[in-house]
Amino acid sequence: MSRTEFFQGNIACAEGALAAGCRFFGGYPITPSTEVAEHLALKLPKVKGGCFIQMEDEIAGIAAVIGASWTGVRAMTATSGPGFSLMMENIGYAIMTETPCVIVNIQRGGPSTGQPTMAAQGDMMQCRFGSHGDSSIIALCPASVQECFELTVKAFNLADQFRTPVFLMADEAIGHMRERISIPDSVPYTGRKPAEKDTLPFKPDEDLIPGFAPFGSGHHVPVTGLTHDWRGYPATTNPDLHAELVSRLYHKIEDKRNGIADYEIENREASVVFICYGAPARTVAQVLHDQKHDGKDDLGCLRLRIVWPFPEALLEQFPHASVFIVPELNLGMISREIQRHTAVPVRSVSKIGGELHTPRELLQVAEEYR
Amino acid sequence: MTRDDWYRHDRLPHIYCSGCGNGSIINCVLEAVSDIGWNIDETVFISGIGCSSRAPGYIQTDSLHTTHGRAIAFATGVKLANPDLHIVIFTGDGDLGAIGGNHFIHACRRNIDLTVICINNYIYGMTGGQGSPLTPYGKKSTTTPYGACEMPFDLCNLAVAAGANYVSRWTSYHVTELTKAVTAGLLTEGFSFIEVISQCPTSYGRRNSLREVSDQILYLKNNAVLHQRWKRMQEKGEDLSSDQFVVGEFIRQSRPSMGVSR
Ligand code: SF4
Repeated sequence: MSRTEFFQGNIACAEGALAAGCRFFGGYPITPSTEVAEHLALKLPKVKGGCFIQMEDEIAGIAAVIGASWTGVRAMTATSGPGFSLMMENIGYAIMTETPCVIVNIQRGGPSTGQPTMAAQGDMMQCRFGSHGDSSIIALCPASVQECFELTVKAFNLADQFRTPVFLMADEAIGHMRERISIPDSVPYTGRKPAEKDTLPFKPDEDLIPGFAPFGSGHHVPVTGLTHDWRGYPATTNPDLHAELVSRLYHKIEDKRNGIADYEIENREASVVFICYGAPARTVAQVLHDQKHDGKDDLGCLRLRIVWPFPEALLEQFPHASVFIVPELNLGMISREIQRHTAVPVRSVSKIGGELHTPRELLQVAEEYR
Repeated sequence: MTRDDWYRHDRLPHIYCSGCGNGSIINCVLEAVSDIGWNIDETVFISGIGCSSRAPGYIQTDSLHTTHGRAIAFATGVKLANPDLHIVIFTGDGDLGAIGGNHFIHACRRNIDLTVICINNYIYGMTGGQGSPLTPYGKKSTTTPYGACEMPFDLCNLAVAAGANYVSRWTSYHVTELTKAVTAGLLTEGFSFIEVISQCPTSYGRRNSLREVSDQILYLKNNAVLHQRWKRMQEKGEDLSSDQFVVGEFIRQSRPSMGVSR
């Protein structure tokens, strides 16, 4: 059974969090993400163990989320560009301390205050590389209101499974658009692997991930953002230990990227292939739909629902590709990532300013390669 | 459980300089915690960055050594997500008074059920002795080589004004009073703030004619003016000297609080 609703993307995201069992939201109002907070302010106090708190800034918002996560609950925050920038140091802390948490970024035009009410995808590199030091994270990009719900659920599962911050990188267009969505009675659930009794709190298993022991469970876990050993004790001047820890944090995600990958492929035989994520995927869908009317079938598409870790093996799925066309609402971010993994020419189709690509704009570029 | 049972013995000895006040302050806090009889499994120590913030690492509980200035914000999440946990925060004058100032006043306003121990050594100790917002006017640090030209904060006044339920100030010399104050803070529902002025021979004392540890402790003893005496002085129109500071309990009230155990 499921129920049908007519929701805004941001509300669907909040509903996805509730369905996933999120019990803590800490954040700060910012356009165009605020509806996520408002909806959870309404709903969380009515859920058993639920807590909503508006913090004094975004730094405190993500800090409270990380603190809450250590009590074992699922916790999230939602923000946009300026708030996302403020969160970066504590996101690094969550990476280093292997704290599961979900960060929703409804992207708007930047840099700085930029365009608070307009869509952009300009934070795609920041979510991957914004906090200092080497690391890896997971980033999901919904292209519809339905996916705002589904991918938020998935974000919580991935965060718990990999003990890492996970980003839902939506944008203003998806966050504010209204569509019909279907909400299931129950959603998939993958929780945190519990720490076994008497194991060291940061000793990884074969999957490179340590079991989790929440505060209050008697494990006496010392958590620190300093380079630490398996006990959690600081060991900041041991080069081998630092290399081992940071490499593990990187590989626990990167080595699994083919399994983490979430995507849609249309027409593997295509010679002109669009690669897209988020809002531009909707324009690409229109272009592919139109080609059928025109009696053509040389256009294809790879749509990424998970952009980071980047699933480069998927680029091999198009044996006849003569070009990868990458429409993005930034000056070409993921197009460069694609470029470094393939010999196929990559054409970036950038658009900034807040409006989506039109089908005609994308078709014109495709025509150049037909 | 005795005080010593709360130490994480395999982490000792600690990294503090000889003569540092932090050790005796941690002793006082653990004395208070063990006197009250809190369950070690349900107590969490949280800190930011700096010498004082290393304290939780030496304590045998769950602990969160967080980012600079943010301990209270992290603690707010822990406490609200599980109000059954007892939470004590170690912080310092730079961690709390500078980079963490906003979180501090908002936690006082919310009156969230946390106890904050702020070790005020007048300096950034761990980074080698830079001036903090609590470095007294005219005192020297590596970033105030000609003497601090800014007026310092009075964190206790700030906490009272912002709405904390319990506020007191003592020094590393006043161990008995400090232990009692920490106990009172731990037992008070809502936000409790205890500032402890402490000696830092390495980074503060030697630049301010207090080279010997004993000189600095005597300085704390001799310049501490009891809250009640300060009131009488004010009535007579007398002022504090530039070295004097007020100690004692400034407020104990029961303004509505949040995060109190269910
Ligand atoms: S620098 Fe000062 S505060 Fe830090 S450990 Fe040394 S004496 Fe203590």
